[in-house]
Amino acid sequence: MPIPLDAAEVLNREFLEIRARLLHLAASLDRLDRAEGAVHDDPRLAKIRAGLEILGGVESERAERIQLLFSRPYDANWVKSLGVERRG
Amino acid sequence: MYYLDPHIHMVSRVTDDYETLAKMGCVAVSEPAFWAGFDRGSVDGFRDYFRQLTEFETKRASWYGIQHYTWLCINAKEAENVSLSREVIAMIPEFLDKPGVLGIGEIGLNKNTKNEATIFLEHLDLAAKTDELILIHTPHLEDKYQGTRMILDMLNDDRRLEHHRVLVDHVEEHTIRAVLDDGYWAGMTLYPTSKCTPERAVDMIEMYGPERLMVNSAGDWGPSKPTAVPDFILAMRLRGHGESLIRRVVYENPVKFFSQSRNFDFTPPETYEAVG
Ligand SMILES: [Zn+2]
Repeated sequence: MPIPLDAAEVLNREFLEIRARLLHLAASLDRLDRAEGAVHDDPRLAKIRAGLEILGGVESERAERIQLLFSRPYDANWVKSLGVERRG
Repeated sequence: MYYLDPHIHMVSRVTDDYETLAKMGCVAVSEPAFWAGFDRGSVDGFRDYFRQLTEFETKRASWYGIQHYTWLCINAKEAENVSLSREVIAMIPEFLDKPGVLGIGEIGLNKNTKNEATIFLEHLDLAAKTDELILIHTPHLEDKYQGTRMILDMLNDDRRLEHHRVLVDHVEEHTIRAVLDDGYWAGMTLYPTSKCTPERAVDMIEMYGPERLMVNSAGDWGPSKPTAVPDFILAMRLRGHGESLIRRVVYENPVKFFSQSRNFDFTPPETYEAVG
């Protein structure tokens, strides 16, 4: 489906919002640095870093890829591995 | 603009919310059975809940000219109690011919467990045997992708089910394509914390088109916004979309899907007559 706004309009409208969200992220990461204790081996941090790489890349469908990054994997054999039985 | 909210839990909302919805153009709501915030202790607890959904909520909605429809089931969270779930499933047919009951829902998965899947399959069996529409809840956050794929596996496996009679709710960027590709209806839920924003819902309309797609608020007892569908309408307008496309998503699509139920006796607002 064609989208009504062109790229220049989208950028004009969203520039300040994107800037604000980048600052929000930057301040959150700084806060994490300033806090006592270490979480460098927490797997959630690795996910955050991988998410930032998706944002920084040129490839499209970033929202879908970020969603998948934060998703548990799907196992096509789940019926068997969970031991689900069908009645009737 | 007139619209329907195809997924909203009005039992958790105050009467003032009905008034606000009516003022914003809401002409009908569809309310799936869900988790009350605590596990109910007996089948009679569910029987009373189903009476509230089919009797009192219909009346309360009508005070503001809103048509109220509902769906019945035991939700995925309480499905962990398999024996209670089976009692509830056996009791549901008492209510299936009541006015405004559109089908079985919102069934689905929560943590993608064996018991949840077992009870989901038993609900599908009930819906197939009673020829009811189905409304599905997909899990949140990290469980959504896995759970949605599992749900699609179970739906696709049951040859009795017609895909255009099933609505899969709470789709997001990573689950919407699979749901639509398999021929099901999809609902996008606008929810402040765990789900989708109006802007992302507009993105998905732009990417996938309006066919078999709806938006809802899933307003409930948590931090949620019962007026999320009007937020979506405004977001669509600000992005330059025309009124006919917006109306298709928020009005014509839910009417088309619900019209497949024998209990959807909808009165279009254009035909309302002055009283007296
Ligand atoms: Zn719900």
